[in-house]
Amino acid sequence: MTLATGITRLATLRDEPPAAGPGGPADPVLIVDHLTMRFGGLTAVNDLSFKVGRGDITALIGPNGAGKTTVFNCITGFYKPSEGMIRLMQKGGETYLLERLPGHDVNRLARVARTFQNIRLFPRMTVLENLLVAMHKPLMKASGFSILGILGLPAYRSAEKAGIEKAAAWLDRIGLTARADDAAGDLPYGDQRRLEIARAMCTDPVLLCLDEPAAGLNPRESAELNTLLRLIRDEYDTSVLLIEHDMSVVMQISDRIVVLDYGIKIADGTPDDIRTDTRVIAAYLGVDDEEVAAVEAEVGLTGTQAEIPA
Amino acid sequence: MEFFAQQFINGLTLGSIYGLIAIGYTMVFGIIGMVNFAHGDVFMVSAFIALIAFLILTTWLGLSSVALVFLIVLVIAMALTSLWGWAIERVAYRPLRGSFRLAPLISAIGVSIFLSNFVQVVQGARNKPVPPLVRDVVVLYQNEQYTVTLSYKQAIIMVTTAVLLAGFWYLVQKTPFGRAQRAVEQDRRMAALLGINVDRTISLTFVLGAALAAVAGTLYLLYYGVVSFSDGFVPGVKAFTAAVLGGIGSLPGAVIGGIIIGLIETFWSAYFSIEYKDVAAFLILIVVLIFKPSGILGRPEVEKV
Amino acid sequence: MATGSTTPIPVTDRAEASALPSLIKDAGLFALVTLGLCVPIVSYRTDLGQGIGLVITSRWGTVFALCAAIFVLRLVQQLYLTGRARRRAARAPVAEGASRLAAILAPITLVIALTLPLLAALLTGSLGEGRYWIDLGILILTYVMLGWGLNIVVGLAGLLDLGYVAFYAVGAYSYALLSTVFGLSFWICLPLAGLFAAAFGVLLGFPVLRLRGDYLAIVTLAFGEIIRLVLINWTDFSGGAAGISSIPRVSFFGLPFTAGENGFAATFGLNFNAMHRLVFLYYLILALALVTNLVTLRMRRLPLGRAWEALREDEIACRSLGIDTTITKLTAFALGAMFAGFAGSFFAVRQAFVSPESFNFLESAIILAIVVLGGMGSQIGVAIAAIVMIGAPELLRNLGFLKAVFGEGFDPNEYRLLLFGLAMVAMMVFRPRGLISERTPSVTIAERGR
Repeated sequence: MTLATGITRLATLRDEPPAAGPGGPADPVLIVDHLTMRFGGLTAVNDLSFKVGRGDITALIGPNGAGKTTVFNCITGFYKPSEGMIRLMQKGGETYLLERLPGHDVNRLARVARTFQNIRLFPRMTVLENLLVAMHKPLMKASGFSILGILGLPAYRSAEKAGIEKAAAWLDRIGLTARADDAAGDLPYGDQRRLEIARAMCTDPVLLCLDEPAAGLNPRESAELNTLLRLIRDEYDTSVLLIEHDMSVVMQISDRIVVLDYGIKIADGTPDDIRTDTRVIAAYLGVDDEEVAAVEAEVGLTGTQAEIPA
Repeated sequence: MEFFAQQFINGLTLGSIYGLIAIGYTMVFGIIGMVNFAHGDVFMVSAFIALIAFLILTTWLGLSSVALVFLIVLVIAMALTSLWGWAIERVAYRPLRGSFRLAPLISAIGVSIFLSNFVQVVQGARNKPVPPLVRDVVVLYQNEQYTVTLSYKQAIIMVTTAVLLAGFWYLVQKTPFGRAQRAVEQDRRMAALLGINVDRTISLTFVLGAALAAVAGTLYLLYYGVVSFSDGFVPGVKAFTAAVLGGIGSLPGAVIGGIIIGLIETFWSAYFSIEYKDVAAFLILIVVLIFKPSGILGRPEVEKV
Repeated sequence: MATGSTTPIPVTDRAEASALPSLIKDAGLFALVTLGLCVPIVSYRTDLGQGIGLVITSRWGTVFALCAAIFVLRLVQQLYLTGRARRRAARAPVAEGASRLAAILAPITLVIALTLPLLAALLTGSLGEGRYWIDLGILILTYVMLGWGLNIVVGLAGLLDLGYVAFYAVGAYSYALLSTVFGLSFWICLPLAGLFAAAFGVLLGFPVLRLRGDYLAIVTLAFGEIIRLVLINWTDFSGGAAGISSIPRVSFFGLPFTAGENGFAATFGLNFNAMHRLVFLYYLILALALVTNLVTLRMRRLPLGRAWEALREDEIACRSLGIDTTITKLTAFALGAMFAGFAGSFFAVRQAFVSPESFNFLESAIILAIVVLGGMGSQIGVAIAAIVMIGAPELLRNLGFLKAVFGEGFDPNEYRLLLFGLAMVAMMVFRPRGLISERTPSVTIAERGR
C-alpha cells in the first residue's frame, strides 16, 4: 500500500497552470495534451490534444478505427500512452496525471468512471450487487477492511444500509427496481447498458466516460438514454465524455464535439460547428485529403474551426 | 571440458524429448488458447503403448532387427496415441467451447488424473523395465581421465527428432492443413466463414500433438528403458515450461525451449545438485511466467478491453 | 461472457441422432473408438515375471466388456438426451430441485455431524467400536475444511490454485517443527500455523496474481511442487522423505489425554478412555471447519467478498470501478491459505507424523475436484462432494458383495482417483456450475422492505 500511495503523491500535482493549447472550454475537467499511442508500428492515436469542460457532455466521434476507444483506454488507465499528458482536475483543485496512475487508481483517486463498448457487468451477480461492488471504496472503509465487518459491528451495517439506499435510488432512476435481485446477465440488452452507467455513477465520478452507450438501443431506449445523460450532467457534479456513432444522440445532447480520424483530431467545437465542418464531412464520406483541400478552397474555408495539430 | 561436452550431449538428448512434447502444448495453446494439462499423461500413455508393442514384437513375434522393431513400435505408438488425442479432444474439450474461462483447464486436469490412474489400474503401479534395444556407443574423444561418448540411443533420439520435426514443419508451413490451422488460430469465426472446417482442424491439431508426444514417449522408453504410470506429470510440466520459455504458440520456440530446459536440467544435475533438478525446472517456469510470459519467441499479449 | 446467461447447454449431436438406427450407429462408433483406445494398453497387461523382463497376458474379455459398457452408456445417454429434448416444454427444473434438496440436506448434515460420535457409539455398542466411524468422520471433515478453504480462492475469487496443498504442508510442518523443536503447545501453534500459511500465500501471491488464469494455475502448481521437493531434500530442516515423527499429541486446552491424575479424564471425573482424544479431535476439526464456513459466509456479504466474486466475473470491470485487483486477489489467496494452514496443523496433531508424501499434487487435485464437483462457490455443495468423494470409497471398500462381483482383489480405492478424473470432466461437460449451481445473492433489496 505504501508504494501505491507514493506513486499517487507523485501523480498529484497542485496549482498546475491551466491547459495548453488555444480555445476549448474555460474550466476544463480533463485536458489531454499531445497524446500519442503506438502499438508496435501502428500509431493508433497521434498527438491528440483536447479538453473536456466541467459540467459538459463532450462527444468523441469519428469513423471506425479512428482511435476513439484507444483514447478512452488511455484516459481510464488501461493503456499507458506512448507520449503525452492526461490531466484531470477535481473541483477542489487537485490535479491527477492519469497516465501515471495505476489502473484502478484512475477511478479510486482521480474518480474517472467508464463503461465498455461490449458491456462488462458481473453477469451472475444480481443487479443490486453490481451497484454495491461499485461502492467498494467507501464500504470497504466502513467495514474496517473486513476486520470490523466480519465481527458484524453496527458501523458497517449502517454503511451498508446507506449503500443499498443509494443503489435503490439509482435503480429507481433507471427503472430497474423490480429486477434488483435478478442476475445482471439475465437483463435485456438495453437494461444492461443503463445498469452499467448506473454502476459507473455509483463510484461518484468527476468524469464519466461512456463507450458507445447507445449502441444496439432502439429509438425509445435511445431517447431514455438522452434523458439519463442530461440528468447526470444537470444533477451531479459529473462531466460526461462519450464515444458515439448515433448522431441523433450526439447532436442532441453534446455541448461539445471532438472529431477524430486516423488517430488525429480533425475538428473540435459545438454541434453546430461540427455539422458544417467540411473536414468532418469528408472524413465521414471517405474523401482524400487533397480533395478536402480542394473542397475547402472552393468553399473559401482555410482552417476554420478545425485545428490540425502540427 | 570433456565433462561439459558429455553433459551437453546428454542435455541435447533430453531436450529433444522435451521439445517434442512441448510442441503439443504450444500448438493446442495457439489454436484454442488452453493449457492441455493432460498432454504429459498422453505422453505417458504413448510410452506404455510403445512398451507393449515392443514386448509383443520381440517376445511373441520374435523380431530381431533393431531398426525394424523401432520403426514398427514408433508407427504403432503414433497411430494409437493419436486416437487418444482425438478422443480426448472430442469428449472432454470440444463440448466446453464457450463455457467459462477455466472450464477447459479443469477438464484437462480431470483427464490427466483419469489417464494416470487408468494406466495404474490396467497396468499396475510398478515400474515397467524393458531390456535395452541398443547398447553400443561411439567414443567421440578420449584421454586418460575422461571419455566423451555418444550412444547409439542418443544418436537415434536426435536423428529421429530432427527428421520428424522437419516433416512436421513442412506439414504446418506448406500444406492446406497448416494454412487452415494458422487461420483458425488467428480468427476462428472468420476461418469458419471461409469454409475451413474448424472442428476438424482443431481435432487434427490434437492428433498431431499426440503423435509427436508418442514419438517422445517411444524415445523416452528407448532412453531410460523404464516407464511407470506416474511418469507423465514431471516431463509434462517440464515440456510445458519449455513451451512457455520458447514463447507459447511458437513452434520453433517449443523446440528451442525444450533443448534449453534439457540442457539446464542436465547441467544443473551435473554441477549443482541432482536432488533439486526438478526444482530448477519449476523455478524457471515461475520466473519466465512472471517476468517474460511471452517467452523467447512469443508475441506479447495486448489486453483486450 | 459479457452478455446473456452463462450456463452453456451441453453440445451434443442431438439433432442428427434422433432415430434409433442412427443412435445405435453412434453408440457403435463410441464402442469402436473404445476398442481402439484399449489396444494395447488394456488388452495386454504387462507384469514383472519370475525372471528378468516383463510377462504379457492378454485380456480381451475385459476389453470387450468395456466396449459393451461404453456402447450401452452412450445409447442410454443419447436416448435420455432426445427424451429430454422432447420433454423440454415441461422445463424440468433440475437446478431448483438440487438447491431445494441442499436446503433440506444442510441442517440434516449438520445435526449428523454434531452427534456423530454419539451415534457411532450407540449404533456400534461402544465408543471403541465406533472408532472406525469417528476416524472416517475426521477424514471427511478435514477434506470439507480444505474444500471450503479452497472454495474461497477458486469458487469465490475465481483463481485456480493447483498448489493449495502447499499451504496445508506449511501448516502441518509449522506445528510439527514448532512442537518438536521448541516444544510449543498445539494451541499456540494452531494460530501460528495459519499465520505462516497466510504469509506464504501473500509471498507467493504477490508476484503471481497478476498472471492470467491458466498461467496462475500452473505457477501455483509449480510452487506446490517446489515446496514438496524442498521438504524431501532439505533433510536438516524437515527430516527429508522420512518426515517428522512423534509429534506431541493434542491436549484438552492444556490437559493431556492420559490416564494420569492430571489427565483429562481424571480432572473431569471420567473413567479414562483412549477414545476421548479421538472424540475431541473430531470436535476440533468440526469446529475448525464450521469456523471456515462461517467466515466465508460472512465474507461473502462484505465488500471484500463481493469484490472477490466480481473479480471472478470480470476483472477489467473491477479495475474500472477502482478495485485494486492485486490486493483483492491477495486477500482471497491469503485467507484460503490460512485455513489450509489450520487444517495442516490439525493433520499433524492427529497423525503425530508428517512426511512430504502427504502433500503431493494429487492431494491438491482431490481438493480441487471436491470444490469443482460441489459447484464452485456453494458451501453445502462442497460439503456433500467431500462426503461422497472421500466417504463413499471408504464405505464401498467394506462391502462384501463388491468383492464377490469383481473378485477378491477388488479395492474401490484403486478406482477412486480414476472416477474423480472422470467426474471432473463430466462435470465440466454437463454441469459446469457444479451440482449445486444456484447462487444465493449476498444481499437483496427486500431487506429494505420492497
